[in-house]
Amino acid sequence: MLTREPEFYPPAINWLGLLGRDIWMTCRNAGRALLMLWEGLLDLRFMLGNRARPEVVYQLYVTGIKSIGVISVVAMFTGMILALQTGLELRKFGQEVNIGAAVMVSMLREMGPFMTALILAASVGSAMAAELGTMVVSEEIAALEVMSIRPVRFLVMPRLVAMMVMTPLMTFYACMLGVIGGALVGTTQLGVSLQAYIDNATRFAENKDLYVGLFKAFVFGIIVTTVSCHQGFSTTEGAVGVGRATRRSVIISFLSILIVGYVITRLFYV
Amino acid sequence: MIKFEHVTKYFGERRVLDDLDFEVQRGETFVIVGFSGAGKSVSLKHMIRLLTPDQGAVWVDGEDISHAGQRDLVRLRERFGVLFQSAALLEWLTVGENVALPLREKTDLDDAEIHRRVEETLNMVNLNDIYLAHPSDLSGGMRKRVGLARAIITNPEIILYDEPTSGLDPVTSRTIDDLIDRLRRELKVTGVVVTHDLFSALAIGTRIAMIHQGHFIELSTPADFIKSRHQVVQDFLEAQYITKKGAWEAPRNETHQQSIT
Ligand SMILES: Nc1ncnc2c1ncn2[C@@H]1O[C@H](COP(=O)(O)OP(=O)(O)O)[C@@H](O)[C@H]1O
Ligand SMILES: [Mg+2]
Repeated sequence: MLTREPEFYPPAINWLGLLGRDIWMTCRNAGRALLMLWEGLLDLRFMLGNRARPEVVYQLYVTGIKSIGVISVVAMFTGMILALQTGLELRKFGQEVNIGAAVMVSMLREMGPFMTALILAASVGSAMAAELGTMVVSEEIAALEVMSIRPVRFLVMPRLVAMMVMTPLMTFYACMLGVIGGALVGTTQLGVSLQAYIDNATRFAENKDLYVGLFKAFVFGIIVTTVSCHQGFSTTEGAVGVGRATRRSVIISFLSILIVGYVITRLFYV
Repeated sequence: MIKFEHVTKYFGERRVLDDLDFEVQRGETFVIVGFSGAGKSVSLKHMIRLLTPDQGAVWVDGEDISHAGQRDLVRLRERFGVLFQSAALLEWLTVGENVALPLREKTDLDDAEIHRRVEETLNMVNLNDIYLAHPSDLSGGMRKRVGLARAIITNPEIILYDEPTSGLDPVTSRTIDDLIDRLRRELKVTGVVVTHDLFSALAIGTRIAMIHQGHFIELSTPADFIKSRHQVVQDFLEAQYITKKGAWEAPRNETHQQSIT
């Protein structure tokens, strides 16, 4: 059941009590978020059904097409900055041709998935938290439950699909744009020929970099959806609560992306 | 049909429902009146387990909904239609899609049939030509009526109305009153109505209860309700210019009494 009773706690006796309660609440919320994710994953089987399809398509559109602009700009400039910074250093040793590898590998392995996930968390994820939070406050979630329409199937599943598909796609797109940005700087500012840049980039980057990067993006997509939807559903206390849920969804998403990103890198590259 | 068994509910330190004990009979329209914040909506939410009692239990047709498991809960809730105080329309859907939602999700009717049912139900609540409007473009009273349409479209056997006529003009209010009364008489719907509007309470109620400080201070037929000796009830009546000397007469009361006993 997602519609929760309001909870009340007596004031804590001292800071230790407060800390204990905070830890307990954090664990409980994490558990609830994971349960919600599990339910959402099971509901993926309804993804292509007549009832869910329009909403799934709409969410794909919102998540992908609507954020393509900002991702393009950020990816392009990230590639350009990477190329310029490393290029200027490498030039001291006459090695500026290696910017190809530097840009390609860092975009694929880290910058691409990381950047895309952060942008999606800040735009799409925060919108999810705010939307669902508003629905809780205006009793829409309660109304769904009373109509026996499960909010997770109805609301979370389409968003989950959209993020699971779009985060890797957008990541791939961001990597390509980043590499193009790097090429632009390489050819115009650093005097590296396009051919040399491409050769260098493809020689050092491995398929593994691509796969791990896309896997990371996929996981980040799930994290952002889970955190944001859970925060939305946990909203209490009206408009103030919606603001708090939105803020928390972004903060928790960012932190989780960083930590999980490290863990995945550690697992695959050490 | 719906039975509250010594229900007590706390919000923090506050006891909002205090040993509430009553039963709504099958086929009656049970009206709950009371001041704002008295716990009317809270008691309504207990009937569909959006809230769970701290003590006591709520029974729906012989089943304890307040301790039911997930599966039983779904089955019990399917017998209800609920109009929320805030109407609770889904903002990103059109009015038509909102009203169609229960049919689309819970039945296998085809689109044409659903469309026909939706138009028909919207007509019942005096709304025409707003199929494609969005809830955010509607006035509070119109949203209420869309919510009412959504609550009744599945022909539920029990309907809970949270302030069905608040925010409506007097003429439309009487239309909604007629609708609620017609649902009871023609379709034998069991209704629970929460309202501030005593005129509507007296017109549609088979019994009226007044909730105050967590329990009913008066529970009687409309004819007896206006004669209540309880001071709080008297104040409540007088605030709406209804006195026991009878600014208001109850022509339908006799039949009501016969129909429930
Ligand atoms: N979710 C909630 N959390 C805390 N207090 C609540 C909640 N819902 C209702 N209350 C409190 O319970 C009391 C009764 O509320 P309600 O039943 O909505 O009043 P009304 O009779 O006007 O419908 C109010 O004082 C309200 O503050
Ligand atoms: Mg209320």
